[in-house]
Amino acid sequence: MATVASPAFDVETIKSDFPLLDRVQAGRKIVFLDSAASSQRPRSVLNAMDDYYQTTHANVHRGVYAIAEEATRRYEEARLLAGRLINAPDPAREIIFTKNVTEAYNLVAYSWGRKNLHDGDVIVLTETEHHANLVPWLMLQEERKITIRYIAMDDDYRLDLSDIEAVVDGAKLVSVTAASNVLGTITDLEPITRAAHRAGALVMADGAQLVPHRRVDVQALDVDLLGYTGHKLMGPTGIGVLWARAEILEEMPPFLGGGEMISDVRLDGFSTTDIPWKFEAGTPPIAEAVGLGAAITYLESIGIDNIAAHEQSLTNYAIRSLQERFDEIEIFGPGADAERRGGVISFRFGDIHPHDVAQVLDEHAVCVRAGHHCAKPLMRRLGVNATTRASLYLYNDEHDIDALVAGLEGVRKMFS
Amino acid sequence: MAGLEDLYREIILDHYRSPRNRGELPTPPAVRVEGFNPLCGDEIVLYLDVENGSVRDVKISGQGCSISQSSASMMTAAIKGKDIAEVRGLIRSFKSMMTIHEAQLEPDGARDEPAALVDPDSFGELAALQGVVKFPVRIKCATLSWNTLVQALDELETKAMNSDS
Repeated sequence: MATVASPAFDVETIKSDFPLLDRVQAGRKIVFLDSAASSQRPRSVLNAMDDYYQTTHANVHRGVYAIAEEATRRYEEARLLAGRLINAPDPAREIIFTKNVTEAYNLVAYSWGRKNLHDGDVIVLTETEHHANLVPWLMLQEERKITIRYIAMDDDYRLDLSDIEAVVDGAKLVSVTAASNVLGTITDLEPITRAAHRAGALVMADGAQLVPHRRVDVQALDVDLLGYTGHKLMGPTGIGVLWARAEILEEMPPFLGGGEMISDVRLDGFSTTDIPWKFEAGTPPIAEAVGLGAAITYLESIGIDNIAAHEQSLTNYAIRSLQERFDEIEIFGPGADAERRGGVISFRFGDIHPHDVAQVLDEHAVCVRAGHHCAKPLMRRLGVNATTRASLYLYNDEHDIDALVAGLEGVRKMFS
Repeated sequence: MAGLEDLYREIILDHYRSPRNRGELPTPPAVRVEGFNPLCGDEIVLYLDVENGSVRDVKISGQGCSISQSSASMMTAAIKGKDIAEVRGLIRSFKSMMTIHEAQLEPDGARDEPAALVDPDSFGELAALQGVVKFPVRIKCATLSWNTLVQALDELETKAMNSDS
């Protein structure tokens, strides 16, 4: 699918918005190809956080003085931005700020899971999940006799949905990645939500790798819960988002207990406040919320569809360049021009270990990830211990891909 | 910044390309111990056959990066035929080589511990792994087989104690 980015989309200008990308290492400018692990952030995000601390900081939802009210307003504005980004029907009530997606999953498993899952109940995950969507459920399984079924991956690196009706039958929750952090595969959620809802199950989607890169509309996708994180979306670390439909959140017991989440506390009990604050115990990450808001504003100023189109054409260029140049490369993911494919490119490079590949690439100032990407069951399914992963974002261009190819020439030379 | 030539010395690449003592040993008499590096998912399996207090044979299988594989290969070559006390001593020296340099990398200089415990001459080829300490993330790769060896020796000792009593 050939897509042309709008003429307003200029990678050179975008690059210049990101101070870190100016860094020079061993005489070369950094080539950052690890945005799936954590993206870089533009100056506007850094400035927004700095400005917040310099002019506005006070604790939120407490003081009646002007700067405290302003801090509260900026924090709550970020919530609206975080909700509007995914077209949440009621952002002011349905967006919960967490530390990251991992905490969002732990919140859901602890709160929703302990209330709704009992001995004999069934949930459905997939074998391509990040550990964040596996371990909280496995922890719950150590306490209760719940059954976890797994949707398998097929040989085209996509979820095998051929018997999805049978897999979700009797389940209470289906929790799947919206885009794989290893394969680059973007999940076709529609058949999953249709089958799950028919079976009476809720659907939770992991948006960590999708929300920063594609237009996500939770109402059109018809999912019930979704998590995403700030630091993969040009925002700061330490802030993530859990969205869920209000009626689900209202029925869920609190997660962490403490200040902010209560309406009353006596020495013999407590009552909780309204959503979303019921799930935000303690002083929240206020500056991080402000930073996330600035990141979303930046992303919207570029345009998510422009970002998606740019990434798509760059992904195709990267896959073609790698496959044309190296016979020994095996890419674990859908090929060039595949539909529903993001800019995450995991590969095996002959029998050279990913750590060695990444180490030599670092000498070329090319930053990639080597390892199991917090998806060990998927690594076993792929038959490897680890992969090398290059991942793209709006600030990458063809020069970055060419630098990767040149670096891999160096890897080949070193270990042949 | 440390250069790659500090890490990928020729002798390391040689052990990586032609690893010594690859394979398996029958258990018993050998013990079989698995080692994991959670960072990169590397797994090695060590087979250690000790008779009359010395290493009769040792084999390594499993997968890993060039550093973990060459360290394991050099280790097997260094301990074969040695008695357990010597092997324990070598393990101590190797580990201190990996940590002393870490201490020296700290901005405020060396710690209190004396840095002269290691005699590089006794190390032979293993000295080539010294450069790894300049790449702190890779130290775990170099020490993986050695930690697995410690586990195997401990297991043998426990077995011996149990059969004595």
